Amino acid sequence: MIEIRELTKKYGSFTALDQLNLSLEEGIVFGFVGSNGAGKSTTFSILATLLSPTSGDALINGKSVVTEPEEVRKQIGYMPDFFGVYDQLKVDEYLDFYGASYGIRAAERKVLIPQLLELVNLTNKRYDYVDLLSRGMKQRLCLARALIHDPKVLILDEPASGLDPRARVEMRDILRDLKSMGKTILISSHILPELAEMCDEIGVIDNGKLIAHGNVATIQAQLQGEKRIVVKVAERLHEVRTFFEEDSMISAIDIVDNRSEIAFNYRGTEADQVALLKKAMLADMPIYALSEEEKDLEDVFMSITKGADSQ
Amino acid sequence: MMERFYNPVLVKELKLRFRSFKSFSGLMFYLSVISIFIAGFLLLTTEFTGKGFFSPDMSFMMFAVLTIVQMALVLFITPSLTAGAISSEREKQTLNILLTTTQSSTQIIIGKLFSSVAFLVLMLVAGLPLYSLVFLFGGVSPSQLVSIFLFYLVTVIAIGSIGVMFSTITKKTIVSMIATYGSIIFLGGITAFFFFLTMAFHQMGSATGASSSFMTYFWASINPGALMLTLISPSIGDALIELTGIELPVWVTYLIVYVLIIVFSLTVAIKKLRPNMKSNR
Repeated sequence: MIEIRELTKKYGSFTALDQLNLSLEEGIVFGFVGSNGAGKSTTFSILATLLSPTSGDALINGKSVVTEPEEVRKQIGYMPDFFGVYDQLKVDEYLDFYGASYGIRAAERKVLIPQLLELVNLTNKRYDYVDLLSRGMKQRLCLARALIHDPKVLILDEPASGLDPRARVEMRDILRDLKSMGKTILISSHILPELAEMCDEIGVIDNGKLIAHGNVATIQAQLQGEKRIVVKVAERLHEVRTFFEEDSMISAIDIVDNRSEIAFNYRGTEADQVALLKKAMLADMPIYALSEEEKDLEDVFMSITKGADSQ
Repeated sequence: MMERFYNPVLVKELKLRFRSFKSFSGLMFYLSVISIFIAGFLLLTTEFTGKGFFSPDMSFMMFAVLTIVQMALVLFITPSLTAGAISSEREKQTLNILLTTTQSSTQIIIGKLFSSVAFLVLMLVAGLPLYSLVFLFGGVSPSQLVSIFLFYLVTVIAIGSIGVMFSTITKKTIVSMIATYGSIIFLGGITAFFFFLTMAFHQMGSATGASSSFMTYFWASINPGALMLTLISPSIGDALIELTGIELPVWVTYLIVYVLIIVFSLTVAIKKLRPNMKSNR
């Protein structure tokens, strides 16, 4: 459905995107993670035909954003990170204008508009002025606008930014509905951990380069490298610490909050981990629990982008 | 059939324009200036001169001055309506969304231009009852009035196109506004200055046997004020022909130059609206 090939965008000597390659199947929800200025919005702007790449190309449903932008626009619904609305235009007039802008006939627009407003829970705001809506409502209206021509692909740049928790939940529910409709959704967000459960694939971008791509679990497994193990100790805390310090696969050992817990980074495999536990039991270490510290997507993102920065 | 010619930007702009208080206040300002001018003129020529009547000669003079005043007002108002056409969308962060729709660049630019022109036409039409006062006193033919209004329209579209062009190529409305007013000062003022300058050179040259009449004709023919004078009083046009030796009527050159300005400005605006796309129309 989406094929990005060697996509590069340069502004003078600054490279915003550096030979980005990405292939996405139809119907998936793709989360794009990256810090500010990493290249997410540039990628989305190129896909939305608002920017042309310096080199490379991107195909959406087989149509090139460089040579067939008019065709691409029919396939996509775009929601920018920052957008404004027209003053003195009512909600239904706003949608009617964009519907007409996509060449939808007046009779069809009359049917479509109430359906879209229902989808984004704005039916009761149909005759209100757009500029008087709250930020969350404007975001939902903008999403309805992006859907008016029934695009196959939705490109949503930070759709939840600036929203309060309730509005975020509402937005997430709408995106779930859209996913169930079979739309291919590209979404970038700073709150990706919150959205991770609905993303089929994640791409991590840093300094214009795609540094990881896959499903959430794969990325975590691929990129975590070292595990953080937490061991609960009944007594003889310092003796247990000395025991673990002797293992060559253990580093960054700490006593957590001066309680009966020891945490350390472990480089070994699962088999090595079994052997270590066995060794500890044979050495009569008073351990009553051993667990792997859960890392959420944000931690993974922070650690891998830190790694990319230092390269 | 109607759907085919439906321009969403034009309809939306008209809707927004007529909901705005600014538009009504602008219209009121325009009609007030024309009314004050006519009332003042009538008072000056009847009450204070002690004649108590209004001759056709005076009616013609009122028509002439009113035409120039109206042209000046149109030149003054047009940039404020068109110079923010695209840049204000950019400033309000609505442009990106508009550009991702399937509307062509031509449709967007034409929609923006025509909505402004439509409002200016409304202003001119709203001023017609005041303008038609001159018919009460005679001295002016309806065909003169029609030709003047047609040239108003050409001028409005040309200045409007310049405004839309600057609005597309500059990022800020204020810059676009300054550039458009600059163009008006050039067309209305600097061309007049050059006309007088080249005429002076021409007359000096005539005394010494040399001639530079083409430039004198050219500067006069692209000046809206000069055009209006030749339309109001064809004898002025004849005098210019006699002075420069170029037989082509001023209005023909004016029409050609202003149509070229319209075509050039709109082409630039359409090409630059989506500047980064290789396929643009």
